[in-house]
Amino acid sequence: MCLAIPMRLSERGEFAGAAELDGVRREVSLMLVPEARTGDWVLVHAGYAIGIVDQEEAQRTLELLRELASEEPAP
Amino acid sequence: MSADRSLFDPQLVRQLGRRVEALAARLERPATLMEVCGTHTHAIARAGLRRLLPPGVRLISGPGCPVCVTPVDYLDRAVALAELPDVTIATFGDLMRVPSSTTTLERESARGRDVRIVYSARDAVRIARELPGRRVVLLGVGFETTLPTVAAALEEAEREGVANFLVLPGAKLIEPPLRALIADPQVRVDGFLLPGHVSVVLGADFYAFLAHELGVPGAIVGFAPVDVMSGVVELCEQLLLDEPRVANLYARVVRPEGNPVARALMARFFEPVDTRWRGLGTIPLSGLALRPQWAQRDAGRIPVTPCEPHEPAGCRCGDVLRGAIEPPECPLYEGACTPDTPVGACMVSSEGTCAAWHRHERHLAGVD
Repeated sequence: MCLAIPMRLSERGEFAGAAELDGVRREVSLMLVPEARTGDWVLVHAGYAIGIVDQEEAQRTLELLRELASEEPAP
Repeated sequence: MSADRSLFDPQLVRQLGRRVEALAARLERPATLMEVCGTHTHAIARAGLRRLLPPGVRLISGPGCPVCVTPVDYLDRAVALAELPDVTIATFGDLMRVPSSTTTLERESARGRDVRIVYSARDAVRIARELPGRRVVLLGVGFETTLPTVAAALEEAEREGVANFLVLPGAKLIEPPLRALIADPQVRVDGFLLPGHVSVVLGADFYAFLAHELGVPGAIVGFAPVDVMSGVVELCEQLLLDEPRVANLYARVVRPEGNPVARALMARFFEPVDTRWRGLGTIPLSGLALRPQWAQRDAGRIPVTPCEPHEPAGCRCGDVLRGAIEPPECPLYEGACTPDTPVGACMVSSEGTCAAWHRHERHLAGVD
C-alpha cells in the first residue's frame, strides 16, 4: 500500500499539477510538496506527490552501483 | 532515470548475495532480519531474493501491511456504516476483500451497498462534492506514507467547504510496533530493513532511537532488488562490527528531516491514540485519531452497532504479522486459505505475507 513511483512534473498550478512517466500523464496533488517545480522528479503516492527525487543522490546511487559492478566477483 | 535499470540488474543482485554469504560466514550466529514494510515483502518475494540468502541469514516479514494489521472490528464498523441509507463508503481497493466478522465490503457492494474503490483520498473528496446529499466516508487506513494524503484530503474538504466528507480513522504508526517487536520474547529481530516510503515522510533521523536506545541495526532501503540486497549487506556489516546505526540507502528520496509539510498537515488533523493491531494487540499511542475540533468529520462518531467481532477460526495471521511463524506453519495456509478463498487478511492483500508466499515463495514451503 505504500507504493510510490517517481514521475516528472510537467506543469503545476496552485495546489496540483500534471506529472508524466513513460508518456502516461496523471494529475497529482502538490499539497504535500508545495516547493516542487516544473521539471522536478516527484515521488507520487496515491495521487499525491510526497517527496522530490534528489537527482544528485540518484547519480551517486548510480555511481555506487557501477563501483559494485566493477569489483571482482567473489571466489 | 537511468539508475533504474541497474537497480534491477540480476548480476549485481547475485553479486550482493555473494557478499551477504561472505559476511554471514563470519557472523557468530545466524541473523534474523525483518522487512517491516508490506511493499518490501512483495518486492522481495517477486524478485526471489530469499533464494539468494545463505542459511545464516533469515529474512522475515513484519507488520507493515496496513490492511493486514487492521483489526476485524474496524471492518465491522465500516460494514455497519455502509448499511446506513445516506452513507457512501470510499476505500482503497485492498480492503474490499478483507473479511469482517460476517462479510466483506466486496460482498456488501454486491448486495447494493454504496461502496466505491478510490485510488486516492482526493477521489473521495470529489465523490463527496458530487453527492452533496450523502455522507462520504473514506476508510483512512495506512501508515505514515498514506496518512498525510488523508490529512491533505481533509484540508481540501475544509478549504472548499465539502462538509459531507468524513474519515473513519484506522491509522497506524511505525515506531510503536518496532519497539513492541524488539521487546517480544517470541520474536528475535537482529536488524530492520526500514520502510522506504514511510521514511520519505518521517526522515532518516527519526529512527535514531533504534540504534541509540535499542541497539538494533537499521537500513532504510528502496524497493528495487539491488536496494533491498544492499540493505541486507549493510545490516550484516553492522552486526559483524557490532556497530548499530541507521543507514540511509534510499537518500535519493529520503532526507534526514523527512517531509515536514506532510507531518505538519497530519498533526493539524490527527493526534496519537492507543490502537489495536491484528497480531500485536493494543499498543499505546500507536494510531491516530481525529482531533476533537474535527469531530464532525469523524465517522467513528456516527452511532452504529457493529456486530460482535471475531477473527476467523484457525487463522494465524497475527503470528505471521509478528514474524513469529512463516505462512506454511499456519494450518489453513494453502488448504482452506488461498488467494481465491482467503480466510485471513494476510492472504487477501497483495502485500500480505501469505499472498506473497503463495505467489512467489512456494518452493520454500515445498508446495511446488
